[in-house]
Amino acid sequence: MNWSWTFFFDYMTNGLMLRGAWTTVWLSVISMILGLGLGIIAAMMKMYGNRAVRWIAEFYIWLFRGTPILIQLVIIYTGLPQLGIRLNVIESAILGLALNEGAYLAEIIRAGIMSVDKGQDDAARSVGMTWRERMYLVILPQATRTIIPPLGNQFNGMLKTTSLASVISMEELMRNAQMLAQIEFRVLEAYSVAAVWYLVLVTIWSAIQVRIEAHYEKPFGPAAAVSPEAKKDLDKAIEKAGVA
Amino acid sequence: MTDLDLSTPAPPRGSAKTLGDPVVVIEGVRKAFGGNQVLRDVSLTVHKSEVVVICGRSGSGKSTLLRCIDQLETIDGGTIHAAGHLMGFREKNGRRVPLRDAQIARQQRDLGMVFQNFNLFPHVSVIDNITMAPVRILKRDKAEAQKEARALLKRVGLPDKEHAYPRQLSGGQQQRVAIARALAMKPKVMLFDEPTSALDPEMISEVLDVMVGLSEQGMTMIVVTHEMGFARAAADRVVLMHDGRIVEEAPPEEFFRNPKSEHTKLFLSKILQH
Repeated sequence: MNWSWTFFFDYMTNGLMLRGAWTTVWLSVISMILGLGLGIIAAMMKMYGNRAVRWIAEFYIWLFRGTPILIQLVIIYTGLPQLGIRLNVIESAILGLALNEGAYLAEIIRAGIMSVDKGQDDAARSVGMTWRERMYLVILPQATRTIIPPLGNQFNGMLKTTSLASVISMEELMRNAQMLAQIEFRVLEAYSVAAVWYLVLVTIWSAIQVRIEAHYEKPFGPAAAVSPEAKKDLDKAIEKAGVA
Repeated sequence: MTDLDLSTPAPPRGSAKTLGDPVVVIEGVRKAFGGNQVLRDVSLTVHKSEVVVICGRSGSGKSTLLRCIDQLETIDGGTIHAAGHLMGFREKNGRRVPLRDAQIARQQRDLGMVFQNFNLFPHVSVIDNITMAPVRILKRDKAEAQKEARALLKRVGLPDKEHAYPRQLSGGQQQRVAIARALAMKPKVMLFDEPTSALDPEMISEVLDVMVGLSEQGMTMIVVTHEMGFARAAADRVVLMHDGRIVEEAPPEEFFRNPKSEHTKLFLSKILQH
């Protein structure tokens, strides 16, 4: 057996790996935020646009969900210069990841908006809100509650999908593990350390996600948080139903 | 299940009351959903401080009429003047041009609407439900809006509920908050779309009490309801709709004792036989 714990622990705190992990984090966060913006725009275009606008949104979603992210990244970084569009590694990685993510998020956001009761829009209009105000103040905040769990899932995926940016030499966790493996040919240790770092990042994110979900669930709360009056009414109704 | 005794008696309102200026004038309004003609040539005038109750079978078009007044539906023909606005349109060189979203929103601020299912905003507290539109849309001072909201909550009998979320309230309490939310915009007319139909029987009176109180303070109200007790006690006029038309329009005592339309007689016999 040739597994070395010494190398493993040494690699865990190796500068190359730490920098890689940090790059993975900020690359994921920036791509996710941009993807979220793209997703909201695409969802709005698809739901509220005229035929041409809808078509553009649908084409975007179809294209980026229908092709591998790996091909998208390679085309953006190595293919587009042929058309005179030159993006550096970081720009290419962010653009590719955000475009891909936006296509998936568009459908998640659309589902979230559709889950909001139609009566909410009626009520918002009845107090004189414009479309923008209804979206911003009433519809999207409620859609968020439905969107957050799948959104967290997507971000979990994003943390790992960034590893594909290694093929365009983006120096994130995966790429740096490759480089580390080349130095002393401790391949198993290097990639194991990368895998552990991904686990650490995903675990931290899960803890954060639980808190975010709790925040958005607060107004809707568990049944136990029902006020005494409402509970009395409820008991009365149950009692009545039991008699009848 | 509707009974004629109103739990809280209100002073009878006579038809002798002098009429104020018209606040809502509906003329020849038509509305269809697909091939289904829901409103056929409806005309109705409601004066300042008047309370008009609209009743009729489900599908008679009464809710649609209310939604058309508040521009939640666009009409196919006719005109609706409400709170000084030609609803949904503007006149340009003698022609009517449909208004854009923001302009319709501005008109809607002068009308208050209360829905069958309350439709409170579940993601914010009671006081934020009431102050959201005044603060975020009218850009009123927040502290002042909250002060007024507390006064409104007191008026609807819920002074201690400002920090509760809608889900923590009973149906009757939610509907009273919904009334306060509509009043916060200082509307010139209040529209009630079956405000007690989704409530358990024991909660109906707490909502009707608030509505009777509003009418006594001179609010102009159009109320779609099956609560004939409320119609008797608070209405100046009762209107019966049938198949998209107004078939009877009379002061309550005449409406209940001496209906002219066969539809009214049939409607009353069905409602009163329980």
